[in-house]
Amino acid sequence: MGKYIVRRLLQMIPVALGATFLIYAMVFSLPGDPTTGKCGERNCPPEFVAAFNEKYNLDDPLLVQYGKYMGNVLQGDLGEAQSGLPVSEELSERYVITFKLGGMALAIEAVIGILAGIVAGLRKGGFLDALVLVSTLFVISIPVFVIGNVSQLFFGIELGWFPVTVPFEPSLFDLFMPAMVLASASVAYLARLMRSSMAENLRSDYVRTANAKGLGPSRVVGVHTLRNSMIPVVTFLGYDFGALLGGAIITEGIFNIYGVGGYIFQGISDQDGIAVVSSVTVLVVIYLLMNLLADVLYGVLDPRISHD
Amino acid sequence: MTSLDKSTDVATLGHGDAPLLEVDDLYVEFHTRDGIAKAINGVSFHLEAGETLAVLGESGSGKSVTAQAIMGILDMPPAVVPRGAVRYAGRDLLTMSPKERRKIRGPEISMIFQDALSALNPVFPVGWQIAEMFRVHKGMNRRDAQAEAIRLMERVQIPAAKDRVRSYPHQFSGGMRQRIMIAMAIALNPRILIADEPTTALDVTVQAQIMALLQEIQEESGMGLILITHDLGVVADVADRIAVMYAGRIVESADVLPLYADPAHPYTEGLLASIPQLEQKGKELYAIKGLPPSLLRMPDGCKFNPRCSRAQDICRTDDPELREVVPGRWSRCHFAEEVLGD
Ligand SMILES: Nc1ncnc2c1ncn2[C@@H]1O[C@H](COP(=O)(O)OP(=O)(O)OP(=O)(O)O)[C@@H](O)[C@H]1O
Ligand code: SF4
Ligand SMILES: [Mg+2]
Repeated sequence: MGKYIVRRLLQMIPVALGATFLIYAMVFSLPGDPTTGKCGERNCPPEFVAAFNEKYNLDDPLLVQYGKYMGNVLQGDLGEAQSGLPVSEELSERYVITFKLGGMALAIEAVIGILAGIVAGLRKGGFLDALVLVSTLFVISIPVFVIGNVSQLFFGIELGWFPVTVPFEPSLFDLFMPAMVLASASVAYLARLMRSSMAENLRSDYVRTANAKGLGPSRVVGVHTLRNSMIPVVTFLGYDFGALLGGAIITEGIFNIYGVGGYIFQGISDQDGIAVVSSVTVLVVIYLLMNLLADVLYGVLDPRISHD
Repeated sequence: MTSLDKSTDVATLGHGDAPLLEVDDLYVEFHTRDGIAKAINGVSFHLEAGETLAVLGESGSGKSVTAQAIMGILDMPPAVVPRGAVRYAGRDLLTMSPKERRKIRGPEISMIFQDALSALNPVFPVGWQIAEMFRVHKGMNRRDAQAEAIRLMERVQIPAAKDRVRSYPHQFSGGMRQRIMIAMAIALNPRILIADEPTTALDVTVQAQIMALLQEIQEESGMGLILITHDLGVVADVADRIAVMYAGRIVESADVLPLYADPAHPYTEGLLASIPQLEQKGKELYAIKGLPPSLLRMPDGCKFNPRCSRAQDICRTDDPELREVVPGRWSRCHFAEEVLGD
């Protein structure tokens, strides 16, 4: 197991480097003058531009720029945003909120998705199954920003149940509606995955054996079927956490949440290359680590998988 | 085979001298999208303590469905049991409440399956799966149940049982896995064991070992054994009686030796002729021509008539009854006497 994790961590290095380089290249080859707006209403004086280019190595070839940037990142220096503040400081505040949002969304996804999947899978073709299938199809087919804006209007403004936008230091309650919106599509996918996993395992030979052993239905379903059905579902949840953090960019935009998503969004419109690249680099690393965690979890849940 | 004192215990459970197990005019249908598949059509047989009944028949003849109906583990739906009774020591299992039935399924009547790899739960250690019988049915605690599991694993001759009790099914060989299934099935000393093709998935040498183990356990415990197989070779050494199934019915039933020596049904004749024999080496192997009938659309008359070399006009219109041709020999053929005479 330890060897496996080390090997996977080593494999992550080229993936992380490749992904961050792509982002770096895309952000820094965007058209436009990065010093725009730096000096008030007028254009920046040539000395300022020269100093700026010097500071960010903008005169070097792209690969060299990237190399120098990465060198700093590896030493824990994520650079400075255009505002002059260190990116790491800003990110550490914002990641707390984004993690909170993502974590809540993951919890909502797990609870609702698994329960809905179980009731649907237990009686395939029944009323509850049809209900789950139709409602998940409905959710999957509507884009997240529509769901977000509509719930903001309906639950926030019309009914007044939840805050319309989220305060600077949000409570769990403040984040509840955004987390629901963020989780919506994932809930639907997870419910369907759980449903088919349940239904498939219910037909399996070992469930027939469990029945032949004279076990009660709650034990046949709750122990023998569920334990096996959860394997793909838990793994999916692991992979999905990274995707939820990425999806938070849109949700944070809608609800005006002070998280990483908002920062990246802002950075792109301000052409703040360092802010964007550093935020995304952190995101990529978290994503890769979550994938590793999911794979390790898979090996723990399924004894047939060996990570030696 | 002489019945052991256990049989009298069982008899006192139900009515006076009822057989240990009695399947009486059993029907099972599957209600599918394509129509009603009549898988079992009036099967009757009985089993006594200490006795081994072999159920023989080609694929799809309804052997497993019969076993599942006895166990009460048919998938309902699509399965429906429109008629019949399955009496265990005189009590009809089919009319029992699910709860009562669970006290019999496992502790009193248990079953082992063909493919032990898929029949064992992949995510639980084998010891846990055996121990579950004691924990659920006897309310035993984890430690005691685990000790029982080790004892059973030793009983079915799994080497180093103590060390292997925490291993998972996929970590065993096919033969060892089948031993674990057997250990689980005999855990609570059932009075009836149904073995559904227990050796089909195994190598020939391992097959013999498993059959020997089953026989040994049976002799020791005096349980009744229903041995489902399509392999006539396995049956000869082990079984007391044979029931031959075709299209969801019993077409012949008899003690083993008379049936081998002189079958009373053309289908059995065909089965026996299709066993490879040394003196036939080099000659083409006999095979019964044609295919079993569709369960959705059974032929009129004798269900075997489209494949029977002896079929006459009457066979295409009149369905023969299962009747006793000579004492102890039952056959479902209009011309059973002639078949028996040949
Ligand atoms: N769940 C089910 N739904 C529909 N039909 C079924 C179902 N289970 C069994 N059958 C049908 O019942 C018939 C008898 O099947 P069964 O499994 O008893 O055959 P078998 O004699 O055990 O054959 P084999 O030697 O292949 O195990 C088959 O034609 C099968 O298609
Ligand atoms: S009744 Fe006729 S068709 Fe059926 S087995 Fe006998 S001879 Fe063959
Ligand atoms: Mg079968």
